[in-house]
Amino acid sequence: MKLANGNYVRPTARFSWWLSKKNYFSYMMRELSSLFIGIFSLIMVWGLYQFSQGEAAYNAWSNNLWSNLTVLSVLSFCFAVYHSFTWFVVTPKAMPLKFAGKRIPGSIIIAAHMLLWMGATIFVWVAFVYGGEL
Amino acid sequence: MSVSNKPIIWSLFAAGGTVTALLTPVLILIFALAVPFGLLDAETFSYTRLHLMLECPLIRLVVFGVLFLSLWHSAHRLRITLHDFGIRADGLAVFLFYGVAAIATVLLGIALI
Repeated sequence: MKLANGNYVRPTARFSWWLSKKNYFSYMMRELSSLFIGIFSLIMVWGLYQFSQGEAAYNAWSNNLWSNLTVLSVLSFCFAVYHSFTWFVVTPKAMPLKFAGKRIPGSIIIAAHMLLWMGATIFVWVAFVYGGEL
Repeated sequence: MSVSNKPIIWSLFAAGGTVTALLTPVLILIFALAVPFGLLDAETFSYTRLHLMLECPLIRLVVFGVLFLSLWHSAHRLRITLHDFGIRADGLAVFLFYGVAAIATVLLGIALI
C-alpha cells in the first residue's frame, strides 16, 4: 500500500492478524487469560461481598459457583496456569539479574520462579485446608 | 529530566502480574474446583470456618492486596488486548475496564471492613 509520502507499508489484517501465525495466536491466548483472571477476581470479590451479607447469601454464592459455573472455572484454571507459565518463562527478559558482575543465566531465574510458584501453591493449599487446626 | 508516573504504574503492573501468576491457579483450584471435583469437602468452606479466618486483620489485608492487584492487572491488560484485537476505542476501554475494577475495589473494601 503506497502512502502519501511515497513510502510503502504492508497492509495488515486489523482484526484477524493474530490468526495468521502460531506465535501471534499464542500471544493472543496469553493475553486472553487476563479476561478469565479478571472474571475470576470479580467472582471472588462478589463472594466476599455476599459473605459480608451473611451466611445465606454466601451459601447461595458458593452453591452457584460450584454447580453452575464449573465449565468457566475449568477454563479459567487452564488459562491461569498458561498465564503463570508464560509469565515466569519471560522473567529473565523482564528482570535480568546480575550477581558479582556476571549475568545470572536465564534458566536459573526461570527455575527459581517455577519453584517459587510450586511453593506458593502448596503453601496456600495447606494454609487454607489445615489453617484452622494449627 | 521530567518526572514520570510510569515507574509506579509499571511496578504495580509487574507486581500484579507476579502475584497473579503465583496465586491465581491455586486460588481457582481451591475456591472454584476443589468441591465440584471432590478434592475438598464443602465443610472446609463453611461460613463459620471462613468467618474465623477472616477475623484476622492480616488475612483480610492479604486478601484485599491479592484481589486488588489481580483486578487492576487484568483491567490494564484487557485494555491493551482490546487494542490488539483491532478495537481501537481506548477511551471506552479505560472507562469500562478501569471502571469495573474501581467498582470492584470499592465493593471489596466494603466487604472486608
